[in-house]
Amino acid sequence: MSQPVELPSGIKVGTVIDEGHSLASVSDKIAGIVLKRKTTFGWIVGLLISFAVLQSLMAAATMLFVKGVGIWGINIPVGWGFAIVNFVWWIGIGHAGTLISAILLLLNQSWRNAINRFAEAMTLFAVMCAGMFPVLHTGRPWLAYWLLPYPNTMDLWPQFRSPLLWDVFAVSTYLTISAVFWFVGLIPDLATLRDTSKKRWQQVLFGALAMGWRSSARHWQRYEKASLLLAGLATPLVVSVHTVVSFDFAVSMVPGWHTTIFPPYFVAGAIYSGFGMVLTLMIPVRKFYGLEDIITLRHLNNMAKVTLATGMIVSYGYTLEAFFGYYSADIYEKFMILNRMTGPYAPFYWCLILCNVITPQFLWSKKIRTNPLILWIISIVVNIGMWLERFVIVVTSLHRDFLPSSWSMYWPTRWDWATYIGTLGLFMTLIFLFVRVLPMITIFELRMLLPGARVKEPVAR
Amino acid sequence: MAEFGTPGELVAAARKTREAGYRKFDSYTPYPIHELDEAMDLHDNRVSLYTLIGGLVGGSGGFGLASWISAKALPLNIGGRPLISIPMFIPVTFECTILIAGLTAAISMLLLNGLPLPYHPVFNVERFGAASKSKFFLCIETDDPKFDPASTVKFLESLNPEELAEVAR
Repeated sequence: MSQPVELPSGIKVGTVIDEGHSLASVSDKIAGIVLKRKTTFGWIVGLLISFAVLQSLMAAATMLFVKGVGIWGINIPVGWGFAIVNFVWWIGIGHAGTLISAILLLLNQSWRNAINRFAEAMTLFAVMCAGMFPVLHTGRPWLAYWLLPYPNTMDLWPQFRSPLLWDVFAVSTYLTISAVFWFVGLIPDLATLRDTSKKRWQQVLFGALAMGWRSSARHWQRYEKASLLLAGLATPLVVSVHTVVSFDFAVSMVPGWHTTIFPPYFVAGAIYSGFGMVLTLMIPVRKFYGLEDIITLRHLNNMAKVTLATGMIVSYGYTLEAFFGYYSADIYEKFMILNRMTGPYAPFYWCLILCNVITPQFLWSKKIRTNPLILWIISIVVNIGMWLERFVIVVTSLHRDFLPSSWSMYWPTRWDWATYIGTLGLFMTLIFLFVRVLPMITIFELRMLLPGARVKEPVAR
Repeated sequence: MAEFGTPGELVAAARKTREAGYRKFDSYTPYPIHELDEAMDLHDNRVSLYTLIGGLVGGSGGFGLASWISAKALPLNIGGRPLISIPMFIPVTFECTILIAGLTAAISMLLLNGLPLPYHPVFNVERFGAASKSKFFLCIETDDPKFDPASTVKFLESLNPEELAEVAR
């Protein structure tokens, strides 16, 4: 793990953490980004642009509250448009963070240590952005609290047999547990910041958040137990959340939706798009903050491999959908897939195949996996491809289903775009704030990777 | 309080401290060290137990909520179908299990550790800031029955620490 690996092709893929780091230097480097490094001009510009884009969400939501959902492009038959497409897209992105934090912890993959806090923060922010859509897309968003089972005088209770309600429970649980897991992981690092910072107000602030953590071995023992338990709980959670989201579609009878492949297909797609977003964010961050020795080419290589693997599963899903259309001998299923391939939305479908089936094939090459720029471009293509997938699934199945007299087209309006782009602004604003204010890499886990961290008891005299 | 530069020295020191009969002592490390759990004989499984209880409470609570609402609070006769649809209630039950279990794991870990605790005497040692960074400490508390100002200091010196400090109250 700590030895550099020389691959047969001659490319030297580095260690999990580059040589030359010590316990002190690792802490100084990452804590320094928060405490010592002056707020760079680039960061301020980035934050201001993100905040400006966030105002688009503000404007779009205000218009929505005033005028109603008619400002969006939804119609009959396509009653669900951008709201569900973007909700599923954002939730999917969140899944990579939990996979890196929880599943890779259980599998003892130590390379996750450098990327897990950033990925988990990304999850938290992605779920927040996702949550905007179910709330806003209801006809009367100010009554969104009716989704929760609370005692009231109207005899009003939610329908527990509906996946839409399961979504409420699943996404709320996901948000809560991700936040808890993330915060628990932060406590020892907040203690490091408290002990390293020189300014009194920072010591008080970080000290309050660190809750008096004093790095006691007795505490660490319980802490490790709790982390493992949270990871063990988060693993089935992440699988279940996107499964429940896929049930939004799968329990219906719409052709193209009513298929048992949706749960695994959605989960694999979520991990695929999530890793795409992790790469999109992480490659610029490691460059601008000079973290190439901690987030090494080996990390990029591994993340690219996961992207490739899940991309293959998603491709398998597309193949099967085409197969179902043929093998089912059901005219509606057959038409659904022919419509996707040759109907009015065909360009979207073929673009989707280009982005999600063809593009990941480039990741078979080690040279490409370890080239940050090309990998970054591929990751953007992955993000776009997964958005297109959700769009194709929702719109092509709805716009032409059983009765030709009901067929119509769906086109998003400017308010649809404004809401979506606004959530991108929300996400980027949160990322910029996080990077400035909190250590973006888990310092104490990094310490465990160093060769000096291994216990070698002195020989008894 | 004794300060060490490498984890190996601390683990050896902790082992000797325990063998010498001290019980009320603690080690402070910038990251968790599993060999230390053995050396200090730390086996607290209460977090796991409480998490299990939390999960059971969450699961039964979630299922109970869905069942009560569907069968008692607002029973709807839809084609004579059962009021308690067990397969349909599974997702909500599962999510509630995870929610309560996860919250219990985190909260019980904090409470069992006695956190939040804004003040603790160890913070009075000037060099202790390095415990969350790069140094390893071992501290024997005066509450310990074997504690004796003179012999304990000599014992700590015998462990070969980099520095030795006295912790004010």
